[in-house]
Amino acid sequence: MTNDHTFIVGPPRRHSSSSPLVATAASFGVAIDELGELRIAHVRGDLDEHQISVLGDALLADAPESDEVGKWWTPAQDQPAHAGTVIETGLRPGVTDREGAELVRAATELGLPVDAATIGTRWIVTPSDLSDEDLATLARRVLHNEVIERWHTGSLAPGFVDDAGADDHVATIALEGLDDAQLAELNGRRRLGLDPEEMVAIRDHFTELGRAPTDAELETLAQTWSEHCAHKTFRAHIDVVDGAGAVVDQVDGLLKSYLRAATDEIDAPWVRSAFVDNAGIVEFDADHDIALKAETHNHPSALEPFGGANTGVGGVVRDILGVSAKPIAVSDILCFGPTDLPVAELPEGVLHPHRIRDGVIAGVGDYGNKIGVPNIAGAIVHDDAYTTTPLVFAGCIGILPTGSNPTNAQPGDAIVVLGGAVGRDGVGGATFSSQTMQAETAEVAGSSVQIGDPIVEKGLIDVVLAARDAQLYTAITDCGAGGLSSSVGEMAETLGADVDLQLVPRKYQGLAPWEVWLSEAQERMVVAAPDPEPVVELARRWSVGASVIGRFTGEGRLVVRNGDDTVIDLDCGFLHDGRPRRHMTAMAPATGRPERTSLDLDADQVGALTLQLLAHPSIRSNESVLRTYDHEIQGGTVVRPYGGIECDGPADGTTTIPQGTSGDRAMVIGIGVNAVIGRHDAEAMAWHVVDEAVRNSVIGGADPNQLSLLDNFAWGNPTDPETLGSLVAACRGCHDAALAFGAPFVSGKDSLYNVFVGPDGTPDPVAPTLVLTAVGLCSHPELVPLTGVVDAGDDVWFIGPIDGWLGGSHLDEVLGADHGGAVPMPDAGAVARHHEMAAAIAAGLVRSAHDPSEGGIAVAAAEWAHAGRLGVDLDVLATPEVLFGEGSGRYLVEVAPGDAERFAALAPSATRIGSTIADPEVRLAGATITLDEVYAAYVDADATGGRS
Amino acid sequence: MTPKVLIPVALGTNRDHDLAEAFALAGAEPHAVPLTALRSGEVSMADFQILAVPGGFSYGDALGAGRLFGLDLAGWFGDELHAAVERGVPVIGICNGFQALVRTGLLPGDVPSVLTENERATFECRWVTLGAEPANESAWLRDLSEPIRCPIAHGEGRFMSSDLAAVEARGGVALHYLDADGQRAHGAYPANPNGSPGDVAGVTDASGLVLGLMPHPENHVRDHQDPLRGRPGASGNALPLFRAGVAAAG
Repeated sequence: MTNDHTFIVGPPRRHSSSSPLVATAASFGVAIDELGELRIAHVRGDLDEHQISVLGDALLADAPESDEVGKWWTPAQDQPAHAGTVIETGLRPGVTDREGAELVRAATELGLPVDAATIGTRWIVTPSDLSDEDLATLARRVLHNEVIERWHTGSLAPGFVDDAGADDHVATIALEGLDDAQLAELNGRRRLGLDPEEMVAIRDHFTELGRAPTDAELETLAQTWSEHCAHKTFRAHIDVVDGAGAVVDQVDGLLKSYLRAATDEIDAPWVRSAFVDNAGIVEFDADHDIALKAETHNHPSALEPFGGANTGVGGVVRDILGVSAKPIAVSDILCFGPTDLPVAELPEGVLHPHRIRDGVIAGVGDYGNKIGVPNIAGAIVHDDAYTTTPLVFAGCIGILPTGSNPTNAQPGDAIVVLGGAVGRDGVGGATFSSQTMQAETAEVAGSSVQIGDPIVEKGLIDVVLAARDAQLYTAITDCGAGGLSSSVGEMAETLGADVDLQLVPRKYQGLAPWEVWLSEAQERMVVAAPDPEPVVELARRWSVGASVIGRFTGEGRLVVRNGDDTVIDLDCGFLHDGRPRRHMTAMAPATGRPERTSLDLDADQVGALTLQLLAHPSIRSNESVLRTYDHEIQGGTVVRPYGGIECDGPADGTTTIPQGTSGDRAMVIGIGVNAVIGRHDAEAMAWHVVDEAVRNSVIGGADPNQLSLLDNFAWGNPTDPETLGSLVAACRGCHDAALAFGAPFVSGKDSLYNVFVGPDGTPDPVAPTLVLTAVGLCSHPELVPLTGVVDAGDDVWFIGPIDGWLGGSHLDEVLGADHGGAVPMPDAGAVARHHEMAAAIAAGLVRSAHDPSEGGIAVAAAEWAHAGRLGVDLDVLATPEVLFGEGSGRYLVEVAPGDAERFAALAPSATRIGSTIADPEVRLAGATITLDEVYAAYVDADATGGRS
Repeated sequence: MTPKVLIPVALGTNRDHDLAEAFALAGAEPHAVPLTALRSGEVSMADFQILAVPGGFSYGDALGAGRLFGLDLAGWFGDELHAAVERGVPVIGICNGFQALVRTGLLPGDVPSVLTENERATFECRWVTLGAEPANESAWLRDLSEPIRCPIAHGEGRFMSSDLAAVEARGGVALHYLDADGQRAHGAYPANPNGSPGDVAGVTDASGLVLGLMPHPENHVRDHQDPLRGRPGASGNALPLFRAGVAAAG
């Protein structure tokens, strides 16, 4: 097309033979000397030569021109010689392209007639004689992701969305008379993800009405009734059977019987709201509440790691905004396969763990950094079990003036959508995330995966908080999975609503009405406003889109029109309560573990195993990852994920004084996660991770009398009785542990169907994984223990039983085999020890502390010494149980010798086991490990790559 | 009279609250104002005694960090900006605000310069130590006899100038990255986190009124913010920088 212009922006960024990209190519068998990377801009508009030059100079080139900075040129002009083969990559039309959009905006400001723009990349590959096959491998495996991008050898044609013209077609789908097989066929063809009983209920409902549902009605029901939105496994009636098939237990809903039951029974006075809104809300101080939420974004992250993780953070931040809170912290717990997995062992249809890891980390960082919310808590776990099903847990915490989240929409209130416009990307995410993944899922589900636009969400935060403070809305929610269908649908649950889809802003024409209604276009919030005008005006002030799309009616029907055509007319009662309850069967897990094989350790083995453990991928430092996250913005961070004298030792809990509060109270986040124990005993794992989250928060200064919990389950296919059996056991463990600790669950999220079905049909389920987040309050931020040993000559105390458990331990991970033995058993006695520790901290007696978790006392002592650049000398027995055992309610504590008596009085469970020393070494049961050795094993020297 | 600080906010600006908090602690009256309100004339730059361009990811860093924010400032408010400097208004640009001021040409003002991708080609957040250049007579720096410590959080902070020697010769370098011993980092990572030649962390224009820097002094204005709290080396609160700017506006 004559008015499409291509700009190439130099100089190339050069990826040499030592760069991660070239190394990744080599792992796929493609040998490259060097990769050059140039940006290209495709611009559509009627530009003359002068205007082309103005655009290039003002918007693309980096003035001034010198050898070091950028120039631009068009293909018609002379180009610097770049020997090599050219591959170009670019976003698929319609994928969020913030840079392209900004180029159009800026060019328009400059008076240039630009209609559209998109940004891509030109790669220059040397040597230039690679085979077509090698070039294709390079493009597919290293340079682009086909889910969101295109590639071409040589110049890539500009990818603009063709305005296809309006598509107002509303299809109806005849259901009357369909038998079970026909319903199943329809269910599969439209990827509705519904149960057979649900298809029958929908058929019968419309048969009774005497009409066929529209496509939009059927899709709305599928979204609303999806596992993602309806949590139907967690609400199901479950028969638990034994090996002989006899029913041994019945569960009247996991959520009701276990998680909510614990919260109801604890009846904590600090809980303002639990399980009802987008996020749980608990008291912070006399004037403020905090809102908590943790989410999963596993399926999208497996397909498009950057976009999946990016929108995962965006989604959970909107959950917090959806209860009118200002986001003040994000967390991320990431589970990946081994990054050194040989390419030959990579299943078809699966991205390499290294690429998933890099993309996810870049996606998490990009979103949090750009919206200006510090990332201050997290963990990275590596295990074979996560190769085909990586897990991405994203959490967010917000703060709001006490009682400032209105939840009382009224008939007649306007429905206002704030934020971005709708496109075809992100249609069907809720149903997609509620099904198992297969090798070809990347192709069919590509439209379910999106790229976030954090800048829009930053604007949304400003608008919503200003609107909240001006009391401009009566209810608010976010547009997540299911788009308007779930957000407006939920808000209208009792009132009913009337919406005109023609009022919904779109990125481009050609969307069918049901797509507009269902699209999960990111960065949108919905508010109910008695008077929408001031809301729209606020949004304009902050450069955020706002549209009034309808009103709440009070008539109890969900009515959606497209101009004059009725697209949806559903009874809210059927939509929200018409789903038949699931009945499921769970197999009670086998209990009992083989006896532990005994293992004698000499001093050399103690040293070697400690160093091996320190280098274990789930234990080794991830500081370089954290450095790519802004953990300082908002100025509240007191304890960071890495601390100590060089800020490179691992902290336990992280502590924040929220901006705008009095300053004498802090919020503490503690996280517990374990990849191994759940495979042996899910109930014990639940206790174990609750305890880990609690002790981390206690070290961060939290009062164990006022903790609130978030649960995140990532399990396999719950229709498999064994999988469901372990889920039931984990929920029971959560319930019992929460009661023991007096810590209520306030919100949570279950992610099921984390199963990859390979090309040969073999299911590969994820390891049952439970992430627990404990959030607590600290009324003495100045007394929070430091990270890492503070001074030589102090006493080292140990709180708790010195013998840990070795079943499911990281020791067995590095030994490469399960040597039997019990996993860490539920230990209600840990509760008292947490209180002892907290009392000692509150008395100002704890100089520093560390939690023995993965790798036990040996690893904890080494990390602790490393963080403080001082030694420790521990007089303990050289048994594997003492050195490497893992367990609950245990702490390493540094106390000044003069405080010994007071400390011992406050912590009767504590034993003095050694002292801190000036020599930079860890002395442990006869072994001596130098801090240089610890550094070499533990510290992550990698510079992280990835997109910025 | 308490000086009023204008903190212009573009779409994607995110350290406006932090900067406002620092100026409030320093005794000024900060106002974070969206560019739309400045452009519509609802708020006028002429009513402020300090201009502080905050950090963030204006326009998502599209087309290069600070470029579009800089175009807004130069295109919409170029005359007011220069008029403000003429009448003695202290101006500070931090991180993305520094990038934007460099894009406008206001900084360093005499020599074409850019803030480009960090040497390690990644966004990085870590604490750094900064020392004021004794030869620089800017009012912003007059109380910085001791080094200050604060975090960086950027991916494009390497200050590349077509003639750094000229900037140095006129005392235009304001702040250097220092190592743990208080000596110039001499390019060594991570003391110099982005590879800026000459360890340049911040520069001023010829008048000394306009200061730009990549690190975030606004995130070290309270002692609890210091990761070395409770340990030897905990010092270098950056509040004196803001107080000096506020004093210069009075």
